[in-house]
Amino acid sequence: MYPARFDYVAPRSLEDAVEALAGGGDDAKVLAGGQSLIPLMKLRFAEPSLLVDINRIPGLDGIAEDGGRLRIGALVRHNDVVGSRLVADRLPVMAAAAPLISDPLVRNLGTVCGSLCHADPAGDWGSVMLALGAEVVARSPSGERTIPVSELLVDTFTTSLAPDEIVTEVRVPLPQRRSGGHYLKLERKVGDFATVGVAVQLELDDGRIGRAGIALTAVGPRNVTATEAERVLAGAEPGPDAFAEAGRLAADAAEPVDDVRGSARYKRAVVQTFVERALTRAHEIAGGSR
Amino acid sequence: MAVAEQERTVRGIGHSLRRHEDDRFIRGKGTYVDDIVLPGMLHMAILRSPLAHARIVSIDTSKAQAAEGVVAVITGADLAAHNLAWMPTLSGDTQAVFATDKVRFQGQEVAAVVAEDPYLARDALQLIDVEYDPLPALVDPHKALEPDAVLIRDDKEGQTDNRCYHWEAGDPRATDEAFARADVVVTLDTHYPRCHPSPMETCGIVADVNQATGQATLHMTSQAPHAHRTLFAMVAGLPEQNIRIKTPDIGGGFGNKVPIYPGYVAATAASLLLGRPVKWIEDRSENLISTGFARDFHMHGELALTRDGEMLGLRVRLVSDNGAFYADAQPSKCRAGLFHIVTGSYALPAAHVVADGAYTNKAPGGVAYRCSFRVTEASFLIERLVHNAAIELGLDPAELRRRNFIRPEQFPYTSATGFVYDSGNYEAALDLALQQVGYDDLREEQRRARAEGRLLGIGIASFTEVVGAGNHKDYDIAGIKMFDSAELRVHPTGKAILKIGVQTQGQGHETTFAQIVASELGIPPEDVLVQYGDTDNVPYGLGTYASRSTPTAGAATAVISRKLRDKARQIAAHLLEVSEEDLEWDTGRFSVKGAPDRAVTIQDVALAAYTNMPEGLEAGLEGVHYYDPPNMTFPFGTYVVVVEVDPGTGDWKVLRVVAVDDCGVRINPMIVEGQIHGGLAEGFGIAKMELITFDEDGNCIGSNFTDYLLPTSWETPNFECFATVTPSPHHPLGAKGVGESATVGSPAAYVNAVIDALGHLGVRNIDMPVTSAKVWEAIQQASR
Repeated sequence: MYPARFDYVAPRSLEDAVEALAGGGDDAKVLAGGQSLIPLMKLRFAEPSLLVDINRIPGLDGIAEDGGRLRIGALVRHNDVVGSRLVADRLPVMAAAAPLISDPLVRNLGTVCGSLCHADPAGDWGSVMLALGAEVVARSPSGERTIPVSELLVDTFTTSLAPDEIVTEVRVPLPQRRSGGHYLKLERKVGDFATVGVAVQLELDDGRIGRAGIALTAVGPRNVTATEAERVLAGAEPGPDAFAEAGRLAADAAEPVDDVRGSARYKRAVVQTFVERALTRAHEIAGGSR
Repeated sequence: MAVAEQERTVRGIGHSLRRHEDDRFIRGKGTYVDDIVLPGMLHMAILRSPLAHARIVSIDTSKAQAAEGVVAVITGADLAAHNLAWMPTLSGDTQAVFATDKVRFQGQEVAAVVAEDPYLARDALQLIDVEYDPLPALVDPHKALEPDAVLIRDDKEGQTDNRCYHWEAGDPRATDEAFARADVVVTLDTHYPRCHPSPMETCGIVADVNQATGQATLHMTSQAPHAHRTLFAMVAGLPEQNIRIKTPDIGGGFGNKVPIYPGYVAATAASLLLGRPVKWIEDRSENLISTGFARDFHMHGELALTRDGEMLGLRVRLVSDNGAFYADAQPSKCRAGLFHIVTGSYALPAAHVVADGAYTNKAPGGVAYRCSFRVTEASFLIERLVHNAAIELGLDPAELRRRNFIRPEQFPYTSATGFVYDSGNYEAALDLALQQVGYDDLREEQRRARAEGRLLGIGIASFTEVVGAGNHKDYDIAGIKMFDSAELRVHPTGKAILKIGVQTQGQGHETTFAQIVASELGIPPEDVLVQYGDTDNVPYGLGTYASRSTPTAGAATAVISRKLRDKARQIAAHLLEVSEEDLEWDTGRFSVKGAPDRAVTIQDVALAAYTNMPEGLEAGLEGVHYYDPPNMTFPFGTYVVVVEVDPGTGDWKVLRVVAVDDCGVRINPMIVEGQIHGGLAEGFGIAKMELITFDEDGNCIGSNFTDYLLPTSWETPNFECFATVTPSPHHPLGAKGVGESATVGSPAAYVNAVIDALGHLGVRNIDMPVTSAKVWEAIQQASR
């Protein structure tokens, strides 16, 4: 596995990185964990002219609470999320998803932001962040902007980022009310891309469901938000009937295709099963069954 | 010193000695082919066909020739000029080294670049311009065998269809008669999918041909160095004494490194023509798409029984998908390997097997992936049939097996297809497995679980293998008889070198073979250096595959040790001034009968063999033995697997794996258990996830480890291993082969467990890999 020729820079500041990326043209790529990019390069499916390695830039590796949001820097590894007390306490959907990301080797190096920017519809973080209503911060020579994850993920391997933009962090709103979340993933083996993944976030409001977030992995051209399911849950009484109905609606929202992992029909059925199960678990975590 | 005490001191047969070779592997001090760097060495990379079937219109190499660092570009036409465009396969067919006329599978070798470094070689590959004229691709072997199918092997004179062999075993008339008497006939159609040995180290070579001397030193990944040397001599027309094949450490083989691959031939030709060493190391995708695959058998089995479960006859029709060249690694008389062991552990009075091989537009290979030549497919079919028969008859699957086992007193047992089973006690292994798993309680738990809507399943496989080829009369590869060898040299200081004709790829030969010498000659294992894999250094042998090392070279080691012990006895008698008959042998020590303090050690004798030999006796304590096994060995066992199926997703989890193996006498029980663990893990992978498949255009799906799934420690279940010991009556040590038992026996146990969980719903078969999607679909269909 020998990649094609490429240039490589490892700037020490975000300003230098942004400048290098902008100067590298359309074929320049940001290298963070490299767990998707490097394999593609070794297969020569990707032949970037320039890699801008951001690993030496200070200040991008933190997970921190800041004004009702969780800020996750561009160099936060999946495994950092696995070990985060803050995440475990406040965002159980993230805590559930993190240890299911690929395998231990990938989790040690791969980053949350890098995974989002790769926009693989089989990526787990896309669904988690959609369910949580998160947004990313992107920096370019012309300044900084925030992009909701729902607008970031455009299509398979396609984001709304401009070629000269670097995502510096993802911002996750921290739920204020009693809440729970869960992530379920069916994979053929550890390290395989998901056959189906389901992220749910449930916020309770005086015994009823307040906000519900449901998003699906590997059943569409991008991570899919189950909008109808979210809508019927909002304001509903939590319980088996509502969760079953949400499961059916989420299955309708999925856009799976037949492939080696299973038929579209099968994947829809797993979505339905998983949404129901994940909502039940999220409800338990939120203390709803007490 | 008591015998038992002495044996414990030498740590010979039966001791779980730590593996001598692991020290260097754990420290990263092993040497694999890619670790070899020679002065002036060039790097070769191979251009492969993107199409499964196409005529080559033209190949333009001019841009690649002019690229930076490129020394040579080699095409099939260049090889043809030296009569090297085609080579023989291990099954007597021919295979293109580089395609000259057309490409016949995706990934086929078309050309190569030899360059100063491996990056530049691959850059230049992208500059070779090949124009193809596409032909329809045949990916279904049944369609390939239809009369109007496009001819894949139009290169072969007289070949008018895509059949590469037709082969039968057993007695059709006796089988028809048995079926006529049957109350019940259970049928099963199943595809044992194409899977891949996937050794951790891919294949490669450093070819170093000295143009002045004509000496060719080939450092290569080979499970059979001597056989490869002889084949190289035949292919390349090189004098055999000028070819030296050296295998450094081999990072796993599992059958993948038995064949000769085009890359070996091309790199050797390049070194010969360029006068510089040439390294070729294939990458993972190249290994998966072009080197020896395994299985790919489409099997139809029929089992005839009486209503009370007596097995009367077995009928099998199978079509094997052999790919574009018939390159199976197997004994030349056996066109479908040893598949006719398909009667398994059962006293089946009649059986008939009909096999047809099909050329298709897929990679060739058909290697015995951790398997004694198609024994895996056979074992899977009979054990799946027996499970389904138990369902049909309403019998417990353990009980049905028990009623039909070949009984201990029936050995040696001649099977309906002609094998003579050496020894066995199948019921003892079954009983131990059932007891260890708590079978009766599990069946009760299964009933309770079903009532709660949970799906528990218990799968059994009571397999029998046939391993350790030859004998020489019946078994040869490319004409070379399947014996094996050992040469033992005891030095004056009592230390020894053992040179064996078999080739370790991780089996632990350096430890276990030293233990055989220890038990037989009393020299402690740490004083015995085991060598293999350098054809200039070790005696001729057929290599390691098909669980043959212990049955053949292990026996040779025992025999040569005993021969040297006989000579040592003569020397000891001389030293002690007594007659040979007055000596007693404790492991490593001769003493005078009735005067145990008058003794010499084997080390004393070794010194005397060079310093104080008796009058008229040849000096030295060395010898070589070529062992021709009188029969193969028949290891067996019972595996019980317990699974739970998630009805919502079809996913299944393994709760228990209980494995009882009987491989006769165990030389190193720890290594045996390690082999069984590995095989059970591979069996799990094959049952659950491993698959190379092709789309209708012949594009390979399964060309890297994100598509071709191998189990890791994360999903591999826990294994509980137990043993019974039924020695082989004809092996000098009573040992049988064991390296492959678990790969052979376990897939059926896993699949039977899933079917057992769903049997009450009416599910009778799910082909491997038994993915969660297939399980879910089967439940849906059954529920309709």
